[in-house]
Amino acid sequence: MKKIIGMHLILSLVLLTAAGCSSTPTGKSGGGNVIRIGVYEPSSGDNGAGGKQEILGIEYANAVVNTVEIGGKPYKIQLEIVDNESSTDKGPSAASSLVSAKCSAAIGSYGSSVSIAASDVFRNAGIPVIGPSCTNPQVTLGNTHYFRVCYLDPFQGTVLANFAADNFQAKKAYILTKLGDDYSAGLGNYFKTAFTGMGGTVVEENFQEGNSDFTAYLATATNEGADVIFAPTSTEAASLIIGQAASQDIGIPLLAGDTWDSSVILDAAKGSGQKVFVSTFFDEGDDSAAGSRFVTDFKTWLSKNPAKRNNNGGNHIVAAVSALGYDAYMTAIEAVKTAGSADPTAVNDALWNVKYAGVTGDISFDKNGDAIREEAYIKQANNSDGTWKFVGIQGVN
Amino acid sequence: MGFFQTNLPYILAGISVGGQYALIAIGYTLVYGILRLINFAHGDIFMTAGFMMVYLSASLPLWLSIPLVILLTVLLGFLVERIAYKPLRKAPRMSIMISAIGVSYLIQNCAWYVTSGLAKQFPVIPWISDSVTVFSATTKVVTILTPVFTLGLVAALVLLIRHTKIGMAMRAVSRDFETSQLMGIKINSVISTTFIIGSFLAAVGSILYFTNYTTVTPTAGSMPGLKAFVAAVFGGIGSIPGAVLGAFLIGICENIIKGLGWTTFSDAFTFALLIVILIARPTGLFGEKSMDKV
Amino acid sequence: MKMKNKIITAVVLIMALFVLLLALERILPPSSMLFVVLKKGAIYALVAVSMNLLNGFTGLFSLGQAGFMLIGAYTYAILTIPMEARGMVYQYFDGGIVPLALPVILAIPLAGLVTAIFAYLIGLPVLRLKSDYLAIATLGFAEIIRAILQWDKLGPITNGSNLLKLYPVFTSVIFPFAVTGVCIAIIVLLINSSYGRAFKAIREDETAAEAMGINLAHHKQLSFTISSFFAGIGGALLAMYQTTVQASAFRATMTYEILLIVVIGGIGSVTGSCISSFLFIACSEWWLRFLDNTIFIGNFQVPLLGPGFRKVVFSVIVMIIVLFYSRGIMGTKELSLEGLYQFLRKRSEKKKKGDVPA
Repeated sequence: MKKIIGMHLILSLVLLTAAGCSSTPTGKSGGGNVIRIGVYEPSSGDNGAGGKQEILGIEYANAVVNTVEIGGKPYKIQLEIVDNESSTDKGPSAASSLVSAKCSAAIGSYGSSVSIAASDVFRNAGIPVIGPSCTNPQVTLGNTHYFRVCYLDPFQGTVLANFAADNFQAKKAYILTKLGDDYSAGLGNYFKTAFTGMGGTVVEENFQEGNSDFTAYLATATNEGADVIFAPTSTEAASLIIGQAASQDIGIPLLAGDTWDSSVILDAAKGSGQKVFVSTFFDEGDDSAAGSRFVTDFKTWLSKNPAKRNNNGGNHIVAAVSALGYDAYMTAIEAVKTAGSADPTAVNDALWNVKYAGVTGDISFDKNGDAIREEAYIKQANNSDGTWKFVGIQGVN
Repeated sequence: MGFFQTNLPYILAGISVGGQYALIAIGYTLVYGILRLINFAHGDIFMTAGFMMVYLSASLPLWLSIPLVILLTVLLGFLVERIAYKPLRKAPRMSIMISAIGVSYLIQNCAWYVTSGLAKQFPVIPWISDSVTVFSATTKVVTILTPVFTLGLVAALVLLIRHTKIGMAMRAVSRDFETSQLMGIKINSVISTTFIIGSFLAAVGSILYFTNYTTVTPTAGSMPGLKAFVAAVFGGIGSIPGAVLGAFLIGICENIIKGLGWTTFSDAFTFALLIVILIARPTGLFGEKSMDKV
Repeated sequence: MKMKNKIITAVVLIMALFVLLLALERILPPSSMLFVVLKKGAIYALVAVSMNLLNGFTGLFSLGQAGFMLIGAYTYAILTIPMEARGMVYQYFDGGIVPLALPVILAIPLAGLVTAIFAYLIGLPVLRLKSDYLAIATLGFAEIIRAILQWDKLGPITNGSNLLKLYPVFTSVIFPFAVTGVCIAIIVLLINSSYGRAFKAIREDETAAEAMGINLAHHKQLSFTISSFFAGIGGALLAMYQTTVQASAFRATMTYEILLIVVIGGIGSVTGSCISSFLFIACSEWWLRFLDNTIFIGNFQVPLLGPGFRKVVFSVIVMIIVLFYSRGIMGTKELSLEGLYQFLRKRSEKKKKGDVPA
């Protein structure tokens, strides 16, 4: 009896595998010219939430611009989406599967560590990658195939330090970073350099993976008399920190970087007295023509697709990373048009000179492959209705 | 008084988290006492209870979802035992532990899949989530409530074990598995009862824990589960008061270490404690003297 | 078969394998998923065999492999980052304080050696414990190691929470196969020696083994240290494969995966671990990837398929194997031509007699 079950299981597995090997990952293929754009993002793991929102931006962009003309012939643009599981050891294999699928360019990832981890896989295959929201400088440093459309952490850290000093007259800051996360540690470091450079003092602590109890850290911040708490962490830790800060009623404003631009933070801050400020790349209330049109159309697209709305956290609030994903896709297609070819090397060369007016601002790349960005948006979580309140645009002094 | 004032938040946090660990630790110690199995899946059952609460309370009123969550968690614990552990009772020790690890892996992956990796907010249960000021520290009511609840449940459990037939059967089985079977005790019922009690306590523990730390993620159960097991070993496997004491101790020490600034090592401390107790006094603080060479 | 014939056959087969690999490298494009599976499979095979040595042959249930792999990976990376690149990697620590960069051929065994030293020290208190407690104690030590390596104060050496990169890596698939092959050969020689027999005796019955004059502590320590030496080398190879090393990737989950590989292959079978390592990696990284994408047949969306489903299916398969086929693919036997021949002959005989179990 056991043997029969065993045989049947093995048989069905073989059939499934055969089906899988033969079908191309995202459905129909064949018939007409196709150009593939790889999407290297986390759909699970610590950064799954942000990765999904970034994918939404890219998918929406694919719905808006679905074909591109190369050499007079229309090519259909097909997205190849893989899940890097937010993990630096699963990432390279995910990247390899994109390479096998013969992508002309790739977009990714949310999370600088996984981006750095897979960088060599893409480089060896000659495929250029555009990072929508990975802010660690190491992503583009020292290579010619990685680009990014967002600003960098040294810029972001300095912006937030300036904001803390200007708005709260802060003299002492408490920095809380996650152990083992180099985005968190890096951004914390840049904030510290900028803040102490302006004459302030800092208290630094870090917490471990899987930690849920932040009362001790918040108590230390209070005891040390910190004027602001800077906590560049992922959204999960964020909701815990905000919730516990609110119930402990610490009265110290929380500052964070772009990872906190998410509805998870809004839900956590709603109904409490805790002030939360984030620096980010995009604001929904942006009144530029391109920005507001993007917001309206994106929301319409989301309401037509309940599954997609689910990936957005179950609401219509536009995440900044979705806007960045959109811009990254459009920039990639712009490069393909300029190059006039689907060959990855040609696309890579074309990217250096691309100029595109995106929804997050004008995009052109400097000698490192970083988008030239001079300003960041500062938003505050509105405690009464759970939306974002635009505070201002901050540059570096 | 100043010392007390600065350190009160840490101590309160320690007591609260210690109580929650205690509820999980009891599940571990009961199962280990009877089956000599470290139920790696216990922490994940705790986490599943949290998720069930999130999903059920979205469609049902709270007074209905809380008992339903407890019922479903108990059912889950029972099923896990029947499907994954019962067939391997005669197999060598390693197989059943591997099965436990496999179940833990499966439950975590199912949670990832169902929730699409997004962390969920635990619903706010009125009254116990309200803020209250103790001396000078502000905290939630649930922080104070947890130790009270824990001690109450532990007392009830100890009464159950001392004064009922099923309790006597459980004690007999944990003393000597084979002889109890020969004496006519229905082993399957006893083991199922153990898992049911353990899962019940895990469900209550999860409601208290997630009211305090409102984000539920698929890996939310692994660290508390591991620490609860250390607490059970520390207090002495097979001894319920020991497990509770160990849990409170670990909770408080962990937070004091964070308060002292050695935050990097707060988790490492728990494991260091485990190793020290296993070397110095392997049967734990209150454990029964066992004849096996440890 | 006579001993000499066996050895000649084995050598011929191994050479054939390498020739096959070289041919594959010429034929297939380097980005093919097959190479990903071969490289990662070879590395995990080495770690699985080292874990099998400890768990399967000596009966010590240890869950600390991820921690030892981590030490090996970090040692390798720290010792081989070229001096010019140090400023870029250790950017928050002013270039770090490690003054030298060793060649790869030295660094790999050194990685194993450092791991073995740590294992020896950890083994002193821990090996006295009973199997369940040993498991938790080693798990705990793996977590402690991870915390220490991420500690900011050790940043000048370990780069704290940040990635280590820019160290020498391999491109061909021959390299991991060669290193793994040599290591597994050493382990097999060890198992077939008197030490190996002592390990098996300890696994079967500790008291009897002691009565026969085997020094328990000494042999347990030996098994633990040697197993960790090879786990460290496996970690170094994994670092080379991934091109970046970050401590947070080496979690308990990695140890569980290796444990599952060992169980699926058969506790106590070296060839079983090798085979199941390749199968495991192929399934989880390649064959089942399609389960993560939503597939449309016409306009109908196949239910259940979506991100994360691959892992669920995988866990279910693993549970089925653990529950129903707990002896694994190979049980405690090793793969050999003779065994294969006998197996096929028995099947055909049974078929002839008409009583093959249906």
